[in-house]
Parts: sequence; structure tokens; C-alpha cells
Amino acid sequence: MENESGALSRVSGLFSARGYNIESLTVAPTEDPTLSRMTIVTNGSDAVIEQIVKQLNKLLDVVRVLDLNDGKYIERELMLVKVKASNQYQDEMKRISDIFRGRIIDVSDNTFTIEVTGSSSKLDAYLESLDSESIIETVRTGALGLGRGDRILKA
Amino acid sequence: MKPEIITGAEIVIRSLQKESVDFVFGYPGGAVLNIYDAIFKQKHFKHVLVRHEQAAVHAADAFSRATGKVGVALVTSGPGATNAVTGIATAYMDSIPMVIISGQVPTHAIGEDAFQECDTVGITRPCVKHNFLVKDVNKIASTIKKAFYIAATGRPGPVLVDIPKDITAEEAEFVYPETVALRSYTPVTKGHLGQIKKALDLLIKAKKPMVYSGGGVVLGDAAESLKKLIDTLGFPVTNTLMGLGGFPASDEKFLGMLGMHGTYEANMAMQDCDVLIAVGARFDDRVIGNPDHFLSKPRKIIHIDIDPASISKRVKIDVPIVGDVKIVLDDMLECYGEVKSDHDKSRVKPWLAQIKEWASKDCMAFEDDGSFIKPQKVIQTLHKVTNGDAFVTSDVGQHQMWAAQYYPFDKPRRWINSGGLGTMGVGLPYAMGCQLAFPDSQVACVTGEASIQMCIQELSTCKQFNLPIKIINLNNRYMGMVRQWQEFFYGNRYAESYMDALPDFVKLAESYGHVGMKIEKSADIEPALKEAFSEKLKEKLVFMDFITDQTENVFPMVPNGKGISEMILAGDS
Ligand SMILES: Cc1cc2nc3c(=O)[nH]c(=O)nc-3n(C[C@H](O)[C@H](O)[C@H](O)COP(=O)(O)OP(=O)(O)OC[C@H]3O[C@@H](n4cnc5c(N)ncnc54)[C@H](O)[C@@H]3O)c2cc1C
Ligand SMILES: Cc1ncc(C[n+]2csc(CCOP(=O)(O)OP(=O)(O)O)c2C)c(N)n1
Ligand SMILES: [Mg+2]
Repeated sequence: MENESGALSRVSGLFSARGYNIESLTVAPTEDPTLSRMTIVTNGSDAVIEQIVKQLNKLLDVVRVLDLNDGKYIERELMLVKVKASNQYQDEMKRISDIFRGRIIDVSDNTFTIEVTGSSSKLDAYLESLDSESIIETVRTGALGLGRGDRILKA
Repeated sequence: MKPEIITGAEIVIRSLQKESVDFVFGYPGGAVLNIYDAIFKQKHFKHVLVRHEQAAVHAADAFSRATGKVGVALVTSGPGATNAVTGIATAYMDSIPMVIISGQVPTHAIGEDAFQECDTVGITRPCVKHNFLVKDVNKIASTIKKAFYIAATGRPGPVLVDIPKDITAEEAEFVYPETVALRSYTPVTKGHLGQIKKALDLLIKAKKPMVYSGGGVVLGDAAESLKKLIDTLGFPVTNTLMGLGGFPASDEKFLGMLGMHGTYEANMAMQDCDVLIAVGARFDDRVIGNPDHFLSKPRKIIHIDIDPASISKRVKIDVPIVGDVKIVLDDMLECYGEVKSDHDKSRVKPWLAQIKEWASKDCMAFEDDGSFIKPQKVIQTLHKVTNGDAFVTSDVGQHQMWAAQYYPFDKPRRWINSGGLGTMGVGLPYAMGCQLAFPDSQVACVTGEASIQMCIQELSTCKQFNLPIKIINLNNRYMGMVRQWQEFFYGNRYAESYMDALPDFVKLAESYGHVGMKIEKSADIEPALKEAFSEKLKEKLVFMDFITDQTENVFPMVPNGKGISEMILAGDS
């Protein structure tokens, strides 16, 4: 979509005005600074998704819409998790983080901060594997998506 | 040539001139004073000073509905803009092309809760096709160019341009772009030929075909094309409230309006057909009633619409055709030549006979023993007195439905009303827009004693601009439409629907310098209307206060949540 102020609120306003769900939404400028790219995770019946795509296409700031589920795609999300750094959790946390290819990116006397990337469901699984008592806070970017191979979304 | 350096305000004026704007409906205030000063110094367009910003937008909206041009309104920041919102939302719901220019506080003050500041772009975002905040004087002209282009193309709609006061004071070179290119906006106008052929194939094989045409035919100026195609096919036609006049009501193939207050024959045929073609109509809930009931009958549906989002929104469509209705209908007629020999017109005879039988119910008959003024009769007489050729605007309520039902429109753009938002108060400003656009035509505003009071202050504007509108006030001393629902669905509990303490409308009209008439007897309907439309009162606004039967209801009626074939008819108790 056009990289213009107001574009984001047009999209989010559309979702709330028409009662569509937003599970996550990420947006940032692209290699072409006049354009931003947004990934929205939503849910609904086929008819609802069809309407969402059509309604998004109607927005003047939206250049193109691609429903990634119509073909093969890659999904990634980044999460930062801050956990308690007590001996009780330490080994377990390191072991699980290894399995999920998480990296410890910050250490303090009381905390570890781990960075994990993957599909949203992988991040969910990672969180579930940790002892919930040990989690201090989490922050997630929301999912990013890209078509595989020749599936390209360009203006 | 020397570059033309002028102020932002002058750029606004020159841009409107470039768009061949004849009228700007507006109301001044601090943030637009630069623009008003530039208006003072120009003679390209006429500024119509209303008495409330809502009316400015309604009048500009009606100007557009009546002429097909883009309507223009100008309001100040803050309260000017918020007053305009009802008008903008009304135009948005009915897809009316408009440009609204609003003043904004100076750029440096934005966000500081400045005097008369409001987030106009934010407030109007959900009820405009698009809007802009112009923060650079060099962008005023190109933004206005875009606004007009966006408003008028594709599915039309209102576009708002918000301009801070300092921007209208700054100077820049005036260059009006010849063309607009927007990479994110490329409306499709030509329909897919394969789809058109598929549709024709279904249509010529149909045993029970039905044409359901709507506001898109009026907006797309496609009435002639529709008529040609229907004359060729010989199929029955119904119109939505917004489509009235898009197909001539006097044509024998016309079944009347459909929907909540549609005719028995139109609704039965809509439900029972085997192939339905929707032409610029959007399967509104007031039209198809309960969608599950509607879909319980199998039928194939073809849908022509310029907006892909209108297609399969409420009802799944078998043959979608995205495109401009006129272009698609013309292509369809052309393609018909190829399949004409396969079209056996006798196939639909039993269907037409069935429709005739439905029509014989005469669902629009009403009892009239002459003891009360029947609102239906007032409208029928209005039709007679104006030779069916007036611009008829209406407000919202029972009177609106009676106007739609009893004034058969043969031409598009003659019936001007708020269908989608159903905004009480539009009637009088709508009549102003029509009368200014067509000063020599008859303009009737059919209203109710509740609705008319929502923009009554415009009687003053009418005086200032000598607008000889004829106001037909169907005065039932009730918010009739509300009362009807309370009678049918709330056990006659008329909660707050009684219009108490009504003004003396005759004196009220007179105090604004107009002519007032009170009509209390059925026998006086015709003489009074004749007088109001006579040569003698040709130059005058006449406010006709018809004291009508308080208990009259609108029939047929499809109760909320019911299917369209489940109508309550006038005789039912
Ligand atoms: C009190 C009250 C009672 C009502 N009762 C009824 C009733 O009984 N029956 C009824 O019909 N309505 C009724 N309405 C009106 C109803 O609410 C809707 O406004 C109306 O039915 C919509 O009409 P439409 O489907 O023709 O669509 P419109 O709102 O006129 O929309 C036009 C459609 O055409 C498309 N279009 C526009 N331009 C073009 C073009 N150039 N080419 C192709 N497509 C185009 C648009 O995308 C849109 O889908 C009532 C309203 C009120 C206030
Ligand atoms: C601005 C606005 N407020 C409320 C309504 C709800 N409403 C619809 S019809 C109606 C009553 C209209 O009364 P009147 O103008 O007297 O017309 P009648 O139905 O009696 O012919 C009301 C209150 C509306 N449509 N618009
Ligand atoms: Mg009333």
C-alpha cells in the first residue's frame, strides 16, 4: 500500500467497521520507499475472506492484496521473551531454546532475554514449553508472510 | 508564459472552475475565510449559502443526483465539518459523487486542540470514498483533481478535502493537471465478454426470468440501454427504491418496486424466478428480506456491478460481471444478436401469465371514502397535476414509501431520496439542489411533519435564492413509520412517536416569506395542488400542509426477518 499517513488507519478502520477479526497486523516500508507492505492475519469463512480482500482492494491506499493461503507461502514471526534467570529454570530454558533455535540476546542478574523466530504456531509452542512461572514478559511482531518461489506481490 | 502565482484559496477557486463547477453549497467560518474571500472576488460559480452545513451537503448531493455531475460543498473546520457528517454519510450510502472541501486549523496548530479543531479526516474516514488532508499549497490543485476523479469514477462516492487555513494563505504556481494516474485505483468498466455470454445463455434459456435493477442504472446513466435490452428480451422488471425511473414505470413489463414495501407481484416474481439478473443493485436487506428464505428457492443469479465488493456480499452469485452497467448492457445487447435464433420467447408465456395473476391482487389499492385525506391520494394527484414529470424529493418515513409507490417515474434522476442511510431532513435541501439545477422544472418535496422539522431552517435559503419548491407535507401528527412498527410489532405502544406541539406550518412558511396552505378535506386535494402549481404561484415556494389520515399504514409490508414473499397486505388483519 501507499506509504502515507492514514493508510494504516484506513485498513484497521475497515476491519473494525465491518466486524472482521485482526489476529495480527504488521507493516513497514519496502525497498520502494513510496510503498509499505502489510501482513494481516485474520480468520473467517471463505465468503468473509473474499469480502475482506474485496473491501481492502477498494481502499485507495491499497495497491494490491494477496491472499497467501491461495498458494504456498513462508510465514515468520519474531518474538522476544524475558524469563527469570534463577537456577531453577536455567537449564530447562536453555534446552528448550536450543530445540526452538532461540538465541539469548540479553542477560542480567535476574533475567534472560531470548529471541525466537518462526511461524506463529512455533512461537506458541515455544511459550507452552517454558514453565509459565518463569516468563516475565513477551513481545511479538505478528506474522510476516511471503509467497514461495515465483509468487510475488508487487505494485 | 509567466507562471501564475496565486494563493492557495485562489487555487481552490480556479480548480473548481477547471472542474466546471456551477454551484458550491456552503457556510463560512474562520478556517475557510481565505477561501470565502477568494469566492467574493470570482464569478465562475455561484455560492449557495445554506443555514446549516448538513443542508449544504444534502443540497450538493441532490444537485448530483439530479444532474449526474459532482456536487460540491464547502464547510469550515470543527463544528462545520461535524455538521456535514450526516450529509456525507447519506451520500456515501447511496454512492453519490461529491467533493466536500473543509477548512482545517493551521498546520502548526494541528493536534494542539486548537480552536475549532477536529480530526475531520479521521471522523469522516468511514463514510467517504476517500479523503485527503492537504499540507502543502503546491498540492491543492492536484488533490482537488484527484478528488473529482475518484468521486465520479468507479462506484461513485463522496470525497473530502481538508485544507488548513495557512495553506490557503500561502502562494504557489497554479498548474491544474490534465490527467490523474493512481496506481492503486483502476476501476474496471468493461465487462468480461465470456461472462456476458454465459449470462445471456442463462437468460435466453430461462423459463422464469426476472430483472432486478437498482441505483446503479441511474448512477451509470444506463436507463436507455436497459430499456433497449429489456424490450429485446421481453422480460419482467422490478426496481429498487434507488432504481426508480431507471426503467419506465409506465412500461407494461414493469412490476413496480420490490422489497419491504414492494408490490406483491414484484416480490413474488423475485422469489419464484429461475434466472435473476441484478443490474446495479446490491441485494440490500430491505430488498431481499431474510437471505436464508430468499436462498431457499433455487435460482441462477447474474449480477452486473462496478464494485466487485457488491457481488456475493449478501447472496452468492453464479455469474458475476464486474463493469459499468451501461457498457455491459450495450455489450450484452450486441452479443444477443449471436444467440437470437436460439431464443424461444414463447417459453416465458406461462411465467408472464403467472405474474399477471399476482398483479391482479391489486396490492396497491387503498380504501378511500372521502372522510379523510388519504396520503396515497395526495401523491396520485401530485402525479396527475405535474404530468408525472416533476422532480420529486422526499424525506424518510411513510410518506417516502407512498411517494415511491404512487408516483410512477418514467425517467431516471427524477426521484431523489435517501435510501441507504434513510436520513430524515434531506427532503427540503434535496429540493433546493434540484431546483437550482433545473430552475424551470417543477420540484416537489414530499415530507412529513417530523422530517421537515429537521432542516426547516432552509426555508430561509429558499427565500434568498427564490426557489419555488412545492412542499407536500403529509401531516399525520405521528412519526408514522415508527408508529406503524409500534402498531405491528410493539402492541400499539406508541413510545415517543407522537409529534406534539407542532408549529402552524402555514404561518411558519409565511414568516419566511413563502405561501402556506392548509388542506383538511379530501375534496380539496386537487384544487390545492393545482393552485400551488399554477402560473400564479409559479415563482413562489408553497408549503402545503395536508392533514392526513393518522392511522394509515404502508402496504404491502415484509416484516423484519421474513422472506420477501411473506408480505402483509392491506386487507390482512
Ligand atoms: C424507510 C425505508 C424503506 C425502504 N424500503 C425499501 C423497499 O421496500 N425496497 C427497496 O428496494 N428499498 C427500500 N429502501 C432502500 C434500501 O434501504 C436501499 O437503499 C436500496 O434498496 C438500495 O438500492 P440498490 O440495491 O439499487 O443500491 P444502491 O444503493 O443504489 O447501490 C447501487 C449499486 O450499483 C452499483 N453501481 C453504481 N454505479 C454503477 C455503474 N455505473 N455500473 C454498475 N454498477 C454501478 C454500486 O456499486 C451499488 O452496488 C428503504 C429505505 C428506507 C429509508
Ligand atoms: C435522522 C433520523 N432520525 C430518526 C430516524 C428514524 N425514523 C424513520 S421514519 C421516522 C418518522 C418520520 O416521521 P414523519 O417525517 O412525520 O414521516 P411519516 O412516517 O409520518 O410519513 C423516524 C423517526 C431517521 N430515519 N432519521
Ligand atoms: Mg408524520
